[in-house]
Amino acid sequence: MELKQLQDTASQIRRDIVRMVHGCQSGHPGGSLGCADLLTALYFSEMKIREEKKEDGYLSFSRAGTGEDIFFLSNGHISPLFYSVLSRRGYFPVSELASFRKINSRLQGHPATHDHLPGIRVASGSLGQGLSVAAGMAHAKKLKGDNSTVYVLMGDGEQQEGQVWEGAQFAPHYKLDNLVAIIDWNKQQIDGSTDKVMNNRDIGAKYEAFGWTTISLEDGNDIVQVLEALHKAKQLKGQGKPVAILMKTEMGSGVDFMMHTHKWHGTAPNDEQLAKALEQLPETLGDY
Amino acid sequence: MKKYTYTEKKDTRSGFGAGMAELGRKNPDVVALCADLVASLKLDAFIKENPGRFVQCGIAEANMIGVSAGMAIAGYIPFATTFANFGSGRVYDQIRQSVAYSGTNVKICVSHAGLTLGEDGATHQILEDIAMMRAMPEMTVINPCDYNQTMAATIALADHNGPAYLRFGRPVVPVFTDADQKFEIGKAWMVNEGKDVSIIATGHLVWEAILAGEILEKEGIDAEIINIHTIKPLDEEAILKSATKTGCVVTAEEHQLNGGLGDAVCQLLGRNLPTPVEMIGVNNSFGESGTPAQLMEKYGLNAASIASKVRAVIKRKK
Repeated sequence: MELKQLQDTASQIRRDIVRMVHGCQSGHPGGSLGCADLLTALYFSEMKIREEKKEDGYLSFSRAGTGEDIFFLSNGHISPLFYSVLSRRGYFPVSELASFRKINSRLQGHPATHDHLPGIRVASGSLGQGLSVAAGMAHAKKLKGDNSTVYVLMGDGEQQEGQVWEGAQFAPHYKLDNLVAIIDWNKQQIDGSTDKVMNNRDIGAKYEAFGWTTISLEDGNDIVQVLEALHKAKQLKGQGKPVAILMKTEMGSGVDFMMHTHKWHGTAPNDEQLAKALEQLPETLGDY
Repeated sequence: MKKYTYTEKKDTRSGFGAGMAELGRKNPDVVALCADLVASLKLDAFIKENPGRFVQCGIAEANMIGVSAGMAIAGYIPFATTFANFGSGRVYDQIRQSVAYSGTNVKICVSHAGLTLGEDGATHQILEDIAMMRAMPEMTVINPCDYNQTMAATIALADHNGPAYLRFGRPVVPVFTDADQKFEIGKAWMVNEGKDVSIIATGHLVWEAILAGEILEKEGIDAEIINIHTIKPLDEEAILKSATKTGCVVTAEEHQLNGGLGDAVCQLLGRNLPTPVEMIGVNNSFGESGTPAQLMEKYGLNAASIASKVRAVIKRKK
């Protein structure tokens, strides 16, 4: 997909996010908007996924993902983004986005496999678990001689969870150079800035010390830079070390009044705010 | 009373190790994970024969559960192993989200459950794990009674698609079940048919229930003894049938009274067939250091205690 198309896709995904969160008056728009460019780059450009379609025209989803690049979302609260990307990529009807967080929906508040929503491989939401799951998948791919790549996205606040560091210690021990962990370094968490709530200090230095190769992504809301970082990560395969991308993003990116604050971590816009947000996000692919 | 004898005593964890060795030879999808307790879990044979299918995780149980979930998604059948204390409460949330709720085919196989862990004391003597795992949706919970049954349960788990918690122990105990038994998950084993009382036991308490049956026989009490190795899903039919026949029940387990097998049986009977029940188990307390035999006696988890509860429950029959 060309750059303009990727940018247009990201814009539509951002519209989906604010509309979904508005539609149920709950959910997490801030981090979803901040990571929209990464997930767009991954699913619409970088990742090699199974393109085979079912009779109904939607992608045929294999949970095992043999031969496919795999993405795990560890910070499951940015589910609006994940659901929008999966539906826009063709896993399920975009109309289903309207059911987000509502009763009897497959689009649970946090991602779940329970109702067999195509594209989801593990439940997430309770933080700190995704890196371990991704490492298990990466290790399994190595055992099976499957040369594809496993990606996992975590929040920066999530780095406060102890299990993250258990996983960070496991991956280099097993030389999982088919594993790319991306840390959404937006410096915000629910109770305020990460520096104030629980200072993460130098996350990159920590990963380096644990045996990872790190890549700094200065602007994770510039798709060009995101793609460059992802290409660089792929080039590092075969060197015996997992790769961590420290991705600086702006929480709420794309909607001016949601940026530069942690306030929109888990708050839904009202009607007026929705209208103001949508003015800033061109409708490119058609709203659901 | 049907006669049960044994020629040797073995630990149930060695039954697990033997089961894993056999699975290693016959099922290429089975992988083993361990958190720095390889010798305790008796994984030596599996590792020696299948080094590539063993994942040493170090002392990091939460990560081990996550790695197991990831490997299961990829199509492997991971057996994640550690002590029961570290494979239940310590990683409850990891099991809940990445295994049970995600429906990943992970077998959590844990040794050193209960008081019979012995001298290490209460920090390691988990007595709440059945309660925790029983409460978790989608989870199968199995607590076999001897070496042979543990081996059979281990092998059966590889053919069972879904999350499971297999709990076994440290000490050597009589080997009294058949070496070539067929293990059916969720199916009670009728140890002895009787008419006066139903003794429903799991794990190490099954042998004690047999000994209690022999004591009671001398007093003219004809005890039915049922081994519930699968606590969840519970073989409700077998329990209701037995309680209908005998009219009173004693449950026995190496676990807290709260939330264990006895609780499950009481819930079943209360809803379907109100029946007098007495329970053997640890009553709302932690354990302590001591030999397994000393602890089982002090906490009332032996044949004498079972027999005494039987006498009490029979008096409550209408």
